Amino acid sequence: MSLSNIWVVVEPSNGTLTTTSLELLSHARNFAATVSAITWGDDATALSQEAGEFGATTLYDVGPLNGALPGVPVAAAIAALIASQGAPDAILIPTSYDGRDVAGRLSARLDRPVLTNVTGLSDEGGLVTEHPVFGGSQTVKARFTGEGPGIIVVRAKSFVVEPTEGLAATVVAAPAGDTGTAGAATITTSHVEERTGPKLEEAAVVVSGGRGLGEAGKYALIEEAAKLLGGAAGASRAIVDAGWVPYSHQVGQTGKTVKPTVYIACGISGATQHMVGMKGSKNIVAINKDADAPIFQIADFGIVGDVHKVLPALIEALKARG
Amino acid sequence: MNVVVCVKQIPDPAAPQSFDASHNLDRSGKLILDEADTYGVEMALQLVDKAGGGEVTVVSMGSAADVAGLRNALAMGAAKAVIVSDDSIRGTDSLGTAKVLAAVIRRAMPDLILCATESSDGYTGTTPVQLAELLGLPSITFAKSVTVEGSTVKVDRQTESGYDEVTAPIPAVVTVTAGVVEPRYASFKGIMAAKSKPVEVLSVADLGLASDVGPSGARQQITEVVASESRAAGEKYVDEGDGAEKIVAFLESIKVL
Repeated sequence: MSLSNIWVVVEPSNGTLTTTSLELLSHARNFAATVSAITWGDDATALSQEAGEFGATTLYDVGPLNGALPGVPVAAAIAALIASQGAPDAILIPTSYDGRDVAGRLSARLDRPVLTNVTGLSDEGGLVTEHPVFGGSQTVKARFTGEGPGIIVVRAKSFVVEPTEGLAATVVAAPAGDTGTAGAATITTSHVEERTGPKLEEAAVVVSGGRGLGEAGKYALIEEAAKLLGGAAGASRAIVDAGWVPYSHQVGQTGKTVKPTVYIACGISGATQHMVGMKGSKNIVAINKDADAPIFQIADFGIVGDVHKVLPALIEALKARG
Repeated sequence: MNVVVCVKQIPDPAAPQSFDASHNLDRSGKLILDEADTYGVEMALQLVDKAGGGEVTVVSMGSAADVAGLRNALAMGAAKAVIVSDDSIRGTDSLGTAKVLAAVIRRAMPDLILCATESSDGYTGTTPVQLAELLGLPSITFAKSVTVEGSTVKVDRQTESGYDEVTAPIPAVVTVTAGVVEPRYASFKGIMAAKSKPVEVLSVADLGLASDVGPSGARQQITEVVASESRAAGEKYVDEGDGAEKIVAFLESIKVL
């Protein structure tokens, strides 16, 4: 263990910490004598139990953001902590909508580089990061060469969540101070879209659709199959780019990483961009009319056929089972 | 209203990609405008059109040996392009890139700066927010709709559970997700007009940023590139009306059903 201190940004979500936050806390314990966490919102005291259980001894609390997007105030609070008590060896941040904002703001503020899309982290006399490239066919290993703290943004599902016997973390206030014009982006209204079934990144079954579906309306078949299997519906970048489904469904390099028990790719050819986000699935099923589609090279079970015939038949078969 | 769109020319993602000897992405072949950037260009054109005046400028960093990608943005309707290009920028990281873009944009601050959520090649995804911090501006990432009313930008921002309505005073940096608008195809007239639109080429030295770019400015290094664990192809059947049945049997065999 060559590092003494790692800080982990842990994201609150409906009164708990996100799974990726817990993955980072769990893994940080392998490298550092002391792991501290940084969070925000109204629930720090409630979250201190969970943060402690997964290895943080201190939970720095930025406090309520009053509608501000987290990027600026959380980065400002971390910068203030560094100014008052010195920098940790590294700062780990989850890949998420807000996590990347925090990382970008902090990097520019501290004038320190950031390594993103990290899927592996080891201690080789200093932290070495792993990044999948070229559709996940190769892995780049990298390290910081200058003065720390290194800012490391880690993708979901990179590490295993492991609780400890730890007590609740000590909550320490870490206010952001005045964030000025840069911090002026404010949430006026939040819209929660109805979701039945599990989150995409946490589902045991993911059914994904691609351009082979032919038209936006056919995505309903993907959602129906996912629902029948108790899973979540995903999408290739092609149909997100085409505006058929929102970005939150996108699986791949520029979207989410999923590692379900089974991933069912429907009408997805298997661009490298897509494969990097799902090749860690335990089982892969592919339905595609092109027998030479790259997706079949990594599929455990492939059906060369028309997704417009196979998918409705699959839905009927699943319904028949009740 | 004047809008800057930060864009990147990248190797065609459909073509095989590789690293050069310095572990930089091989960019020696033909470069294209990152498709992810076409959404920002389109959004900017629509916002300027709606405001009833102003222009769209595309700002980029990279090799200026081939500016076909920038011409593509100009053909769509952008008024001019600026690209920072010299030999020293190979190996520049996201923060160095943000410093370069900030230096260009500071010369004439626009009302709004649009970027993609991330590039399709490096996909770091932090450059827009680093840029906003360097410029002292608010930022709103992952926009699925963008409107400007007076001195305020209003964005529907993608979230894990839906979307948030977010506002910020302009100037601001906004990153747009794909699918936010339908990018137009350049018309023949647009392509012809683009040929005479200005493309300004600047060097890093012009901007006084020599020590912030390249591998030394990046303060990180690739130590190794290794082959990932590969997956083998499994069973494959041609559907003869029994494809769904076979999938059900497979799902049973792995105990999902």
